[in-house]
Amino acid sequence: MYTLRTLPGDDVRQIMWRFSDRFDLQMSVQSARAIARGVVARLVADGARNTHEWTDQKNELLIAFDQSGLTALFMDPHQGGFIEGPKNLALALVAFELSWVDAGAATCSLASNLALAPIHEKGTPEQRDFYMAKCVPPQPGEDREIWRGAFALTEPLPYVGVDTGVLCGKATVAEWQDGQEPVLQIDKRGRFITNMDFANFVTAAVESADERIKGSFMVILEDTDEGLFDRGAPTLKMVHQLSSTRDPVLNLKVPASRIIGGYEVVDGVIVPKYNHSEIIGAVFHRTRIPVGLMSSAKLLSAVEPVIRYHRNRFRGGDSCKEGSPRFDKGIQINEDALQRLIDVWASGEAGCSLAFAASRLADAFDPVEKAKEAHFEAQGVTGPRKQMAALRAIGDQVKECIDLEYAPAAERDQARLDALKADTLVQYASMEALAGVLNPGVKLWNTGVGATMMREAVALVGGYGITEDCPGFLMQKWADTQLEATYEGPEAVQRRHLTLTMTSEVFQATMSAWVRQMQRAGRDVPGLGGFVLASAMELWQWTLNHLQNATDDEGRKLFHNKRQGVTFPMADALGWLLGPYFLACDVMELIEKGPMSPTLADGIDDLTGFYKDICHVQAARAAGEVARICTELVYGYNECKCSAPSALPGDHGDCCRDELPEFRALKARIDMCMAGSRKARDRAGNALIEVMIPEALDYPMG
Amino acid sequence: MSELHIVVCGSIVPDPLQTLAPMEGPTGWALKNEMMLPAVLDPWAGHALYEAAALAKKHPGSRVWLVSLAPKAKLQQVMMAVSQKAPFELVVADGPASGFTDSFETARVLAGAIKGIAGLDTGKLLLFGGWQSASRGSGAVMQMVGEMLGVTEQFQGVDKLTLRDDGSMEVKERVEGGAYQISVVSGAPAVFGWATGELPEPPNNPQIGMQNMQKNMPALMQAKPADLSGSGLKLSAVAVPQQRRETRVVKDVPVDDMAREIVEWLKA
Repeated sequence: MYTLRTLPGDDVRQIMWRFSDRFDLQMSVQSARAIARGVVARLVADGARNTHEWTDQKNELLIAFDQSGLTALFMDPHQGGFIEGPKNLALALVAFELSWVDAGAATCSLASNLALAPIHEKGTPEQRDFYMAKCVPPQPGEDREIWRGAFALTEPLPYVGVDTGVLCGKATVAEWQDGQEPVLQIDKRGRFITNMDFANFVTAAVESADERIKGSFMVILEDTDEGLFDRGAPTLKMVHQLSSTRDPVLNLKVPASRIIGGYEVVDGVIVPKYNHSEIIGAVFHRTRIPVGLMSSAKLLSAVEPVIRYHRNRFRGGDSCKEGSPRFDKGIQINEDALQRLIDVWASGEAGCSLAFAASRLADAFDPVEKAKEAHFEAQGVTGPRKQMAALRAIGDQVKECIDLEYAPAAERDQARLDALKADTLVQYASMEALAGVLNPGVKLWNTGVGATMMREAVALVGGYGITEDCPGFLMQKWADTQLEATYEGPEAVQRRHLTLTMTSEVFQATMSAWVRQMQRAGRDVPGLGGFVLASAMELWQWTLNHLQNATDDEGRKLFHNKRQGVTFPMADALGWLLGPYFLACDVMELIEKGPMSPTLADGIDDLTGFYKDICHVQAARAAGEVARICTELVYGYNECKCSAPSALPGDHGDCCRDELPEFRALKARIDMCMAGSRKARDRAGNALIEVMIPEALDYPMG
Repeated sequence: MSELHIVVCGSIVPDPLQTLAPMEGPTGWALKNEMMLPAVLDPWAGHALYEAAALAKKHPGSRVWLVSLAPKAKLQQVMMAVSQKAPFELVVADGPASGFTDSFETARVLAGAIKGIAGLDTGKLLLFGGWQSASRGSGAVMQMVGEMLGVTEQFQGVDKLTLRDDGSMEVKERVEGGAYQISVVSGAPAVFGWATGELPEPPNNPQIGMQNMQKNMPALMQAKPADLSGSGLKLSAVAVPQQRRETRVVKDVPVDDMAREIVEWLKA
């Protein structure tokens, strides 16, 4: 038995999320937290969310972001920023802190970065330096206005939304004189465009409506360009009201040099270097991670106000005398309240572990992706097909690298691993496959399941939960999760993405390595839930393989791109596995590094005991979901063969499905590996009775 | 007076929103779960630091040091926020920051750390600190540090310090009854125990933070354990006041709201 002494603080998070040696990130966390629990919380408490308009009051947010360095976070030091190298983890940490209070504020903070992202990822060096520098707040002594941007992809129905391939935004050649740069006429209508109230420029996706321009592209539009820059009507959204959203109408003349990434003129045709899909792919590869993280941050933020509410629930009443259990513990005398909060907490932890792992991977992947591009260019391997073939040819090395990477350090051939990791293409293939799963996985699971769990948090505060002045703004947070599940690609888009990436041989090799890793964790770290997680992963892998080869009674393939009744649940099941896997990794990191921290060493066994239980709870929950989904899919597409009405269910020989004993064995293993998981939930719940929490929330109520 | 050498003494305290419970451990009295509680820069020391930074900014070539007796791991966490607010050089003595340490020993350690600062010109020294502390508030440490350094011009409860062209300084100190006393001191060195001062907390500036931490991380990493062994102080019992707390703990309430609430309370 252990005692959870305090709620986990920065020292715990820095170890688990691997930024204890990054003071640049730790400072960003502090900056974001000060704004979140100051300006942002005050705005929410004052009811600033209760209007669709962008008000002066809301504008305080932008000033706060500028003053505290958050606006410049996205930039490189030579552009006026202060963090060198990739910034995905930094942006994720800021999103975590802001959405702890209000996710709309987090969206507002990220939206300018989203506008800059196409320029950052694929823009020409001149475009990059010009716009990034413009978006840095003026330094002391500088007299200039800061620029802000908006990212315009989404269009009025029935155009771009779920299907990003169809555009109604058009580009034509307005003027093109000999020897001069062409001038383009851009006609773009946007919908749900964030930052539109104050954007000085828009990065817009358009498609050619002129035979002198090839395909689609993204282009930079400025508010001073010739033509119509109508910011449009405010979007009447019910959520994320601390971000500006409007439906703009843009019809502008711009020089062709504004095409993001540049262009060439080939036989009298303007050929953009990148089509809009390539740019969007590069952008969304990363920006979906913080969105998923927002929902999970809110779950963790709910823990403290719910505990305080539960403890104080009966105080002040005639029947509740000081010193009595009802006075001291309030609703915490009931284990249901404790354990349901543990479920919320465990979901939040799992989602955060997953999202931060994805952010770290994105940071590591950035330079590798650039090195891969340079490598292929030097080798003359151009075009996606040739590159795919080159990557396929090194498949065995990639799998070997993955096997070695996840093997125990003492047992592996380190020299061989180092050699493989020094190979750019091997690294690229391995990381790309993993990022292809983690990025949509974060967005899908964290927001989808997060919305359900956030509702649970609201329910734990009873009627108070649905009021505007509920401590911790739980109702607003719950409502906001629906937008997080929707924008930057709703759940169906993420499931479709996963359908394509989760079957890759490289990812399957990674999953097999995870199974072995979690089996070792089950043995070496008792109580973590490693065995149950490994068993669930094995069942998922077996089921995926089975579904790819099996047919229904009509002979139709089960796993097929068009058969979303099969593919999408498998994506959901994978989402359930990702969170507890990365949480388990983070808890093991805490077990290893925590004792070395002077601030944690004293209570480290208690702390890790609690975290192991939290992980076990989530692993068991995930395993249950995976087992349910896999069973429905494996059995559900074949009719029951029981012919005798009096036969017991499953009793008839025809129902035995002789080809599935392995599935039944794997499933039975999950069942048995659930051992101890409910005791873990008991223990973790009991820990909430004693945990020391502050006397008041550190941000105001409504 | 052109260049100033301002040394600010300040440590950390648990976040004021936390419940604090004294408990006796193997090394004496401490707060329950003290190392695991979030901490902040002692607010009184914070006022002193921000006033120091503002003065230094007005006098080019000036330097500011923050001398802190605190558990260095906890101090490092606090520095992630504080170091973004003003440029300073950190001097660390690794030791307890709780209010249970002997004031004399604390002063001795701080004085020793200040004497060890390379490049400090005591002729230009303005010794800043809080006139109180949010940990226990003996109100004695700054006076003793000054004495140990031979600085006998001392002012406590300072809310404003104005440097004149001739090098003298006008000091506005709090005295009883809500009144102020204005004094003039001919010049450095002098001790100033700050009350709240007149400056707001500066906003975070990560550029300053990066510059500070690049210099100050080595100071944190290399900080030596403070020798507090000379104390004869023994606390036989420690307890929080038994008076029931009626305070409502809130944060970031606008001044208008506070004033309105006080008026309503008075009327009632």
